[in-house]
Amino acid sequence: MDFMAPGILAQSVLFIAIFSGITIIWERDLGIVFKFLASPTPRTALVLGKALSAGIRALSQVVIIYLLSWLLGVALDFSPLPLLGVCVLALIGAACFSTFSLIIACLVKTRERFMGIGQILTMPLFFASNAIYPIAIMPAWLRIVARVNPLTYEVDALRALMLQNGVHGFNVGFDFIVLALATIVLVIVAGLVYPRVAT
Amino acid sequence: MIILQTEELTRRFRNILAVNRLTLSVEQGEVFGLLGPNGAGKSTAIKMLTTLLPPTSGTARVGGFDIHQDAAAVRRIFGYVPQALSADGSLTGRENLRVFARLYDIPRKEIESRLSAALELMGIADTADRLVATYSGGMIRRLEIAQATLHHPKLLFLDEPTIGLDPVARDAVWEHLAVLRKQFGITIFLTTHYMEEAEANCTRIAIMYKGVVAAIGTPSELIASVGKPDATLNDVFAYYAGDSLATGGTYKETAATRRAMRRLS
Repeated sequence: MDFMAPGILAQSVLFIAIFSGITIIWERDLGIVFKFLASPTPRTALVLGKALSAGIRALSQVVIIYLLSWLLGVALDFSPLPLLGVCVLALIGAACFSTFSLIIACLVKTRERFMGIGQILTMPLFFASNAIYPIAIMPAWLRIVARVNPLTYEVDALRALMLQNGVHGFNVGFDFIVLALATIVLVIVAGLVYPRVAT
Repeated sequence: MIILQTEELTRRFRNILAVNRLTLSVEQGEVFGLLGPNGAGKSTAIKMLTTLLPPTSGTARVGGFDIHQDAAAVRRIFGYVPQALSADGSLTGRENLRVFARLYDIPRKEIESRLSAALELMGIADTADRLVATYSGGMIRRLEIAQATLHHPKLLFLDEPTIGLDPVARDAVWEHLAVLRKQFGITIFLTTHYMEEAEANCTRIAIMYKGVVAAIGTPSELIASVGKPDATLNDVFAYYAGDSLATGGTYKETAATRRAMRRLS
């Protein structure tokens, strides 16, 4: 159970964030996105705003998973600094995957296509990570996929920070850097494809 | 002084020529109407001028800035109200305005005074703290105009500003636009289907048909060009746009128009 709890938190954050891009399709139908894009605010700032909102929403997942984990007897670490670290991780993780979701939404432009693609992407992202089993027992090819999957680094850092005696594979600082870099790259790409939603 | 100028502005979508070598200029202080049947290229032209859509070829300058090279500078000059109803129903009128004050980088110290002035000017100050979901269609349109003019733009783009509104609400929108023009000398560039509105409010009109400007001039010049004694702008429209009134418009355009009308009614 201790091994699973951080993976379940990462999964909750991922599943909510990966569908957040649909809001841009609603905003397109409502016309709001045209006004946003016709304003002088830089596109990357608009994308970052959306990422931040997904991050803030992810904090509710932290509360729920902590509560359930505590009820199930998971040996959680409630010290302030690790707790803060978990919140920041959930925020960056949600920002990262919601921005990925935004890119997909800008490219597919319809709810039906987006929902289909969202489902297709969620499972590989989740299963090709260390969320439910350690990378060490994976076949070699899956290990490569897991190592380029940002979710792996989120789960790894969550294991280090959430649990009293969490076993993790990488350095927590390295996990943060990988996740932050992935988010920055995705925000830049999203800033470039965002105007496509108006065409 | 010319505020907007296009030269051979063209946009192609695969094998469809939506806007074909559009060349026109708009003087500061004018109310310029772009009329045409559905699918004539009006919205595509507005999207290019508001930097939402890059042109395939040709150029346009807004306030002296090139829409392609200086897009960021162009976006500071105009305000834009799209055809679709774009105010957020889950926020109050004042909150809707506050979002746009931040988007347009209005200094924090000035935000509240600008908000109050804009709400007052558009006649919605009394309902500013009510949820927009409870507003009438006309009030929402006026709120959107307030959003688009918070930063005191030189030019205001309005895409079908009165579509779906009852005659009283339409008159109220035009009355408030007149106040806005008087107070700030704002130039208005609009598209509309309502001929009587265009005739009453536009200083000049261009009729678009199949991506090109079929006729351009003051309402009286256009009416005179038809050569009928009791001609109206409706006759001018039919004369230049032919049978497209009955056959024009794609499924997508019609659906978007109906969606906007449904939300406003």
